[in-house]
Amino acid sequence: MKFNGYIRENGKVGIRNYVLVMSSVGCANNVTERIAAETGTHPITHQQGCLQLGIDQALTKKMLIGAANNPNVGAVLIVGLGCETIQPSLIAAEVRGKPVEYITIQECGGTSKTVQKGVEIVRDLQRKIAGQKREPVDISHLIIGLKCGGSDTFSGLTANPVLGYVSDRIVDLGGTVILSETPGLFGGDKYLRDRIVTEEGKRKFDEILKFYWDESARLGETLTEGEMSPGNIKGGLTTLIEKSLGGIKKGGSRPIMGGLDFSGEITGKGLWIMDPPGFDIITISGQAAGGAQLILFTTGRGSPVGCSIAPVIKVCSNTKTFEWMEEDMDINAGKIIDEGLSIGEVGEELLMKIIDVANGEPTKSEISGHREFALGRIGSTL
Amino acid sequence: MQNKKQYFVVIDERDNVATAVRDAVKGEVIETNLRQQITLLEDIPKGHKVAIRDIAANEPIIKYGEVICLAKRNIRKGEHVHIHNITNILTEYVEAWKSNEI
Repeated sequence: MKFNGYIRENGKVGIRNYVLVMSSVGCANNVTERIAAETGTHPITHQQGCLQLGIDQALTKKMLIGAANNPNVGAVLIVGLGCETIQPSLIAAEVRGKPVEYITIQECGGTSKTVQKGVEIVRDLQRKIAGQKREPVDISHLIIGLKCGGSDTFSGLTANPVLGYVSDRIVDLGGTVILSETPGLFGGDKYLRDRIVTEEGKRKFDEILKFYWDESARLGETLTEGEMSPGNIKGGLTTLIEKSLGGIKKGGSRPIMGGLDFSGEITGKGLWIMDPPGFDIITISGQAAGGAQLILFTTGRGSPVGCSIAPVIKVCSNTKTFEWMEEDMDINAGKIIDEGLSIGEVGEELLMKIIDVANGEPTKSEISGHREFALGRIGSTL
Repeated sequence: MQNKKQYFVVIDERDNVATAVRDAVKGEVIETNLRQQITLLEDIPKGHKVAIRDIAANEPIIKYGEVICLAKRNIRKGEHVHIHNITNILTEYVEAWKSNEI
């Protein structure tokens, strides 16, 4: 099975050819947004980039570098202030195989001059990559991140099992699938742990769970309370185990090759677990920063979320929400209930949608202009 | 939507609960996707669970073929199963997990 993608110098394949305009520090956000708006490109803004310590600073840097290296990104402009800890030049030096430029507001002489300079650079980058063409490649080049958000009980009944079906299909076709939302694994984690093929992978999995358990205790929560929202309970979910099992269904049934650090580069094939927080936008940002070109996102109560560097396909668990928020939904898994379709029938529909989107068909979140991105955080900003 | 047939969903054959796919009322006879017919003893809101067998106090509530919690008291076939009549086993489970694995 093939799709038409952009083959990058390092052999990775993009399903989009974005020019990314990215702040190296929160101080540059306004300028970044104005450059992106004027040129119709995709911005990444964030609140960090300065006065973070140790592993926290390293994580910000890793996510920004990872985002710029995502194969969906054809060229990058990094916009800095000039005096920040995470210098634009440090990020630019780690971006491989694509045009990358950087400017700082202090060097350009203020807001307007930087916007003007940035727009000129982006137009030049757009010209540089305009000639790149899609070429046929095998579906095994796809790296797909899985996420659910705004879940209801139907997510675990319909949409998540549909993702599970597609996960198995992608893995069998030689591709890569990333299951995340570590805190959401609590309760059902033993069922996953048994499927991890290596002892190292099991150790990594235990480390990931222990970290989140300790971290939630440090912040004065238990994950029992912290991950069950009033919306979950109103929607009919009774326990965290039940919710967890419903989420785990997204990952299908194939062996788990191992555990990945949050936003770490994804190099292996098959099904992997990535270690990110449960919050939707941070999770999909981490998957994309690791190299995922496409996100499959299930929702029951409805979520419009997209991502600035990867298309997001929304799979809705029920027909009512699908119709109510149709402009944000791509696939209706509620047909399993209403039309008596099997998980596999809707799964095949989703697989065809994945090919179409990989070939360039925009998802609902792309059409609506959703370009979310959020950094993960570990410590305090001083 | 009311006229259209919608099956309550049982995910695994071992499950002792079915999930409502629409608001259903006391006295109604519903059908699951595994073709069990259940007379509802209470209103079951959309997305909530109904017992499809009699479940004794302290017996597991099973969904996805796995234990999701325990019955706090006897639950009859057709009763609503939710936070009001179950015991959450998560805390005990995680404590056991921590002492065994970490």
